[in-house]
Amino acid sequence: MLRRPNVIGDLAPRAVRGALDGLATVAPTGDPDYAPLHGSIALTPDGPHPALMLDSFFALHPAMPEFARMYHEKHAAVIHAVATSYRDRSHFDGQDVLESGFAGPGRVQSGWLNRALQALPKGERVMSALAVGPTTPLVLRGAAPTVGWTPAALPQAGDDTAMRLVELYQHRDPALASALTQGLLLDKAAQGDDMKPKPGTNGAAAMRLVARGAAKLMAADDGPRIAALAFDGWDTHANEGGPVGRLAQLLSGLDGALAEFEGGLGARWRDTVVVVATEFGRTVRINGTEGTDHGTGTIALLAGGAVKGGRVISDWPSLKPASLYQGRDLLPTTDLRAVIKGVLRDQFGLAERVLAETVFPDSAAAKPMQGLVA
Amino acid sequence: MVRDSKIALVALNRFGFGARGGASGDFVNAASDPRGFVKAELSRPNGVLLEVPGLQSTPALAKAVFEYQFEQQQAREAAAKSGAEAKPTEGPPTPAGDAKPQRRNLSLSNIAQDISPKEPAMQSPATNGANATMAPAEASPNPAMQPNAAKPPQQPLNVIQKTFRAEALARLQRATLAECGFVERLVVFWSNHFCISANKGGLARMWAGSFEREAIRPHVLGRFGDMLKAVEQHPAMLFFLDNQQSLGPDSRAGQNRKRGLNENLAREIMELHTLGVGGGYTQDDVTSLARIITGWTFAGRQAQLGPPGNFVFNANAHQPGPQTVMGKVYQDNGIAQGEAVLADIARHPSTAKFIATKFARHFVADDPPPALVARLQETFSKTDGDLKALAITLVDSSEAWDAPLTKVRSPYEFLVASGRLLARIPEDPTRYLGGLNVLGQPLWSPAGPNGFPDTNAAWAAPEGMKLRLDISAQIASRLAEGIDPRDLLELAAADAASEETRHTIERAESRQQALALLLMSPEFQRR
Repeated sequence: MLRRPNVIGDLAPRAVRGALDGLATVAPTGDPDYAPLHGSIALTPDGPHPALMLDSFFALHPAMPEFARMYHEKHAAVIHAVATSYRDRSHFDGQDVLESGFAGPGRVQSGWLNRALQALPKGERVMSALAVGPTTPLVLRGAAPTVGWTPAALPQAGDDTAMRLVELYQHRDPALASALTQGLLLDKAAQGDDMKPKPGTNGAAAMRLVARGAAKLMAADDGPRIAALAFDGWDTHANEGGPVGRLAQLLSGLDGALAEFEGGLGARWRDTVVVVATEFGRTVRINGTEGTDHGTGTIALLAGGAVKGGRVISDWPSLKPASLYQGRDLLPTTDLRAVIKGVLRDQFGLAERVLAETVFPDSAAAKPMQGLVA
Repeated sequence: MVRDSKIALVALNRFGFGARGGASGDFVNAASDPRGFVKAELSRPNGVLLEVPGLQSTPALAKAVFEYQFEQQQAREAAAKSGAEAKPTEGPPTPAGDAKPQRRNLSLSNIAQDISPKEPAMQSPATNGANATMAPAEASPNPAMQPNAAKPPQQPLNVIQKTFRAEALARLQRATLAECGFVERLVVFWSNHFCISANKGGLARMWAGSFEREAIRPHVLGRFGDMLKAVEQHPAMLFFLDNQQSLGPDSRAGQNRKRGLNENLAREIMELHTLGVGGGYTQDDVTSLARIITGWTFAGRQAQLGPPGNFVFNANAHQPGPQTVMGKVYQDNGIAQGEAVLADIARHPSTAKFIATKFARHFVADDPPPALVARLQETFSKTDGDLKALAITLVDSSEAWDAPLTKVRSPYEFLVASGRLLARIPEDPTRYLGGLNVLGQPLWSPAGPNGFPDTNAAWAAPEGMKLRLDISAQIASRLAEGIDPRDLLELAAADAASEETRHTIERAESRQQALALLLMSPEFQRR
């Protein structure tokens, strides 16, 4: 059943690639084990950069004031302790499962969002879905038509990639390490480092720009009603930072991107759901380099005027040692597919059978979550 | 297994363009019989020729470019006569905010087209750098709103640009599809040894590809002396090094036009093509050779000397009389006088040494093993410059297999190897050409007649490595979807991949990052 006769609700899933630390984004400050385990990077409700309390138990990262506002306006929600069906810790395989919608990594060449499009009733004003970036991401690949848009400025190699390569060269190829290090320094010097935003903030600015462009396209009367985009850089193994630092800058970019969607979609925001999801979470305990390693349970975020928000939806498993998944990760208690299926059912009127067999094959056990969309 | 893999890596990377992706089985084949894998291409009849429908002969290309230049000239004169302004050729600028998305993946073939290289890998060196690209966007009121489809309207390509791109595409496709790529690597080596530069002018750009097809390829597995003659008598080389302007001072044309010698080609024949600096020739020898090859030219648009674009010997421009080169007197018997000199210097011991050293430096090490150089020199001399024998001597040597992979791939080798590993048959040369420009090896356009450098000092330079990383990241951002970089590492290096590289790729935060790191890994960059 469609909510409105001729308007398909907008949907913009956002893949956050590299595994977002859900516990650092929406912190269970009410769980007594959180602060000791998340250590120096744990969020606190007080101090110079207090986390933004969502309720008496969960607090939002202070770099996300826009999301907090939407939350309090009841247009944003958090689903916590969520995961796909994937239980190993490879980014690529995890992203494959997240985007394909299949139960395991299998090199399927179509994504759940494209299959959802194919299942929509014919004649609806869906147009085609918008793939943001130089290629169509897996989630949107498939038989249903899509359109592509790439921001004018193609991304250059990020600092994180450069640092990983320098480290590899230092172990394997000192001559190349020296050349590349010098090249990176020269490049910075040539650009006048102090004249430019720092790399992290630059990443945040880039996220905003991408979202602004995508929102503009979606706001057009004949524009695409569905879009998918991905932000990279969340693999915070070292120096993740707490209320300020590397993750904070990324979250600020994500927060800004959501605000751009809200502003750019105008009246259409009322009918929109943005889903933010990531391939898996990160370890509950910080590691030896002030960061977190690959984990399991994490968060999903919903934002948009159509979201029945102001809630953190969670069957909280607790962070007691015995409750952790394999003794190290947040135990997932909600299947991400149930969240997305809930949105797809309410927003697009897709039948449960279609969702369980075609869009997310073999997912009958993960029933669509009720009441996510107002 | 590790030992087999390391030898396979030598076969693929030192001698070839790297393993192809997909189901090529290159790595397994190279591991099972490394020398046979490399040498197989040498025995394919005509395997080195590049005969592709649509690629034309030098005279046919000359006809086209002369017509084009004539039309341009007529149009300019007409415009000047009428006093009219030249018509604006650009369309109205696209409003920055008028973003129209491009229809994508309506069918699988469209996907394939969409992800095939289409645009310059980077716009220009000035826009490189992580921050630089964002700055203009942030400054403009409608930032980052250039849709894929609505590029500013471009002028249609002229016949010279079209020809250059078609020649480039044919060469790139051949290199991408070749099994090992050893023969194509040899083509690139000899083409760079006897380089011209497309930047010399319209004719050079028009002929850059046909020069390689006609003067280089037929002799890559033939005789050095034949290649030398074909090169020095090719219109592209005569144009590049100005020999069509060189007149014997005592020739009829020289007397009439009060002009004379241009030593450019003669000098480079001795210094760069054969004997090498310090190869035993003097300034007098250069001057003598310059006199001897006066009259070596090509027919122009007016067809006064013959069909346009053909090599001709113009007796009217030829310096009469005998000449002495390196102690030997050459009687004036027209074109045969110069051909005799070329035949002699092709056999000169200095030439054998120069070529052997350069050959070993290209394939094995910046400072090649002296024993290998000596053996190559001996082969060259004994076989009267048999280049197939030279290649076989290299492949049969132990040094070429034992020397560590210390050389860094040239930009061309790097981009071709990337396309091969990703199993992308180029359908459009634009991205490759753009990438080569950025990385300092613009196709067929070296800065001087000495060609592109061939040492790590040139290619493993700081700025170059930084730009190479940017290019890798851009390739990855376009092509990483749907591929598994861990599988690609297996195809590219198998057991020869180091633990560190393996872990770096496995731990990357995305396919895109993993692919960029794979393309930049020592296993992929070194050969």
